[in-house]
Amino acid sequence: MPIHEKSLIRPENLETHDNLVIDGVDVSGHWSTFIKTRVVSDYNETLQEEISALPGGEEIHRCWQCGSCTNACTVNEVNPDFNPRYWIYLIRMGMESELLRDKDIIWQCVSCNKCTYACPRDVFPEGVMKATAHWLERKGHTPKSPSTHFDEVFTEQVLKTGKIEESRTMRRFFARTKQKLLQPWMIEMVKQMINGLPVGMLTRMGLATLIAPRTSDWSKASAAMQEYIDEQHEKQEQALSLAELVETAKNDVAA
Amino acid sequence: MTTKDKYKKVAYYPGCALEGSGHSYNRSTKAVGKALGLDLVEVKNWNCCGAMEVKNVDPKLQTYLSSRVMSVAANEMDMDVVMAPCNGCYHNLKKAEYDLKNDSESVAVVDRLSKKAGHKTYESGQVETIHALDWIKDTIGEEGLAARVKNSLSGLKIANYYGCMYTRPRHIFPEKDKGPGSESTSKPHFMDDLLAAAGAENVDFPLKTACCGGAHTLSDSDISTKLVLNILKTAKLAGADVIATECPTCHSGLEMHQIRAEKTLGEKVDIKILYFTQLLGMALGLKAKKVGVHENISDSIKFLKAKGLG
Repeated sequence: MPIHEKSLIRPENLETHDNLVIDGVDVSGHWSTFIKTRVVSDYNETLQEEISALPGGEEIHRCWQCGSCTNACTVNEVNPDFNPRYWIYLIRMGMESELLRDKDIIWQCVSCNKCTYACPRDVFPEGVMKATAHWLERKGHTPKSPSTHFDEVFTEQVLKTGKIEESRTMRRFFARTKQKLLQPWMIEMVKQMINGLPVGMLTRMGLATLIAPRTSDWSKASAAMQEYIDEQHEKQEQALSLAELVETAKNDVAA
Repeated sequence: MTTKDKYKKVAYYPGCALEGSGHSYNRSTKAVGKALGLDLVEVKNWNCCGAMEVKNVDPKLQTYLSSRVMSVAANEMDMDVVMAPCNGCYHNLKKAEYDLKNDSESVAVVDRLSKKAGHKTYESGQVETIHALDWIKDTIGEEGLAARVKNSLSGLKIANYYGCMYTRPRHIFPEKDKGPGSESTSKPHFMDDLLAAAGAENVDFPLKTACCGGAHTLSDSDISTKLVLNILKTAKLAGADVIATECPTCHSGLEMHQIRAEKTLGEKVDIKILYFTQLLGMALGLKAKKVGVHENISDSIKFLKAKGLG
């Protein structure tokens, strides 16, 4: 089935008649299922531009829909609804409402880069997945995903100290996503880990959680990076308001 | 200078994970280096490479963070090779190198941030980034290694697991896929070669470069558990007793989700998970503790003792 027909054969778009005779021929039953006619008019003409304005989405226009990305995709193997090729198609067509049906799973890309490896057009589908997940959040279609929370907690720590101390990142991530830190499998893991560890090692690990390892003379680098992040954020905000701008302009013309 | 000599003294970039969950990789890498007479000089006052998380916030910020590490090695330590055992660090330094060679915008951002941070801007080509696998393979080689083996790994059946970041995406690894002698991005073999030289029997493992879901190990644990379980089971089916790893994220992902699969799905897969440097170290006659086997989450000590190792 060509991918663009996927939306046409959803149950709500199909029509089957129990008793239907056309020109004397009985066409009752499932073998004569009809697809309802559909008119699509709610295209978001700037969708592709918005996605390409976010980091990772820059090369989306290069896609020629070969499907190598989905074919290679790690997550698609686990969940067939996870379909990078289809989402790239929808974005390029501006079919925002169709894209929004999958809004809760797009962030689940594991960044294994099998798609990027397979892509013959250098679309960098992994980047497109990140850009799309960020777009959904920035536009208010989804709350921040656990993955975005993790990225933010991590980046905050790098900006602050230059280095990552894992248990601190973990604790902050669980706090921010309101999850219990001590899940049964984690308790089991810690038990196994402590088992057989020398006291010196445990002390060292304990100390690291109290005194974070840091890169010295880091404040200037940190300030420069924060300034850069803010600047980029501002630029992206502007790029994402494009839709509203076009809408306003259209209304002005009509008026 | 031949590659052999060039890699004998390298700038060592352990990265954050090797100071935490991957400490046994740090310990075993240093121990193997020492046993082989190779010189590791730690990068001074290093910082995080940006990992996948900062890359997700902004790829150019990650390029800057990685470039600072290379700048310190090149400009403050006068080194021309950086060795990173962590796949994430290795990948990111390679990616930064590629971007700084090919993308003028990245060059401009890195230059601006470096100047504001008060250090020299890294310029592409100043250092060569290598993985711990390249380091041992190119300095000592299989023959050299075989000659130094005191405690053969014979009888150990190993599935070599390389993960994602060591080979993908291929454009950041221009030295790979260059025919005989070079590493392959579709069927990597450097770890297989080294462990075989140490006497191990490598099994035919189809998931060498499969993904362990490390990116979402905490944020989407269910998918990571599924992916890891698939790797563990496949290795077992291929006849392996041990999965050899070369990345701290993969390694701790396999260990964590081995436990999680048992706790949440009731699926227990009895297979040992060890860093390739731990295996090589023991082959070179080092004790299990010297290569940090006790620091791993999973317990392999009894198993190794029974095989006459450590």
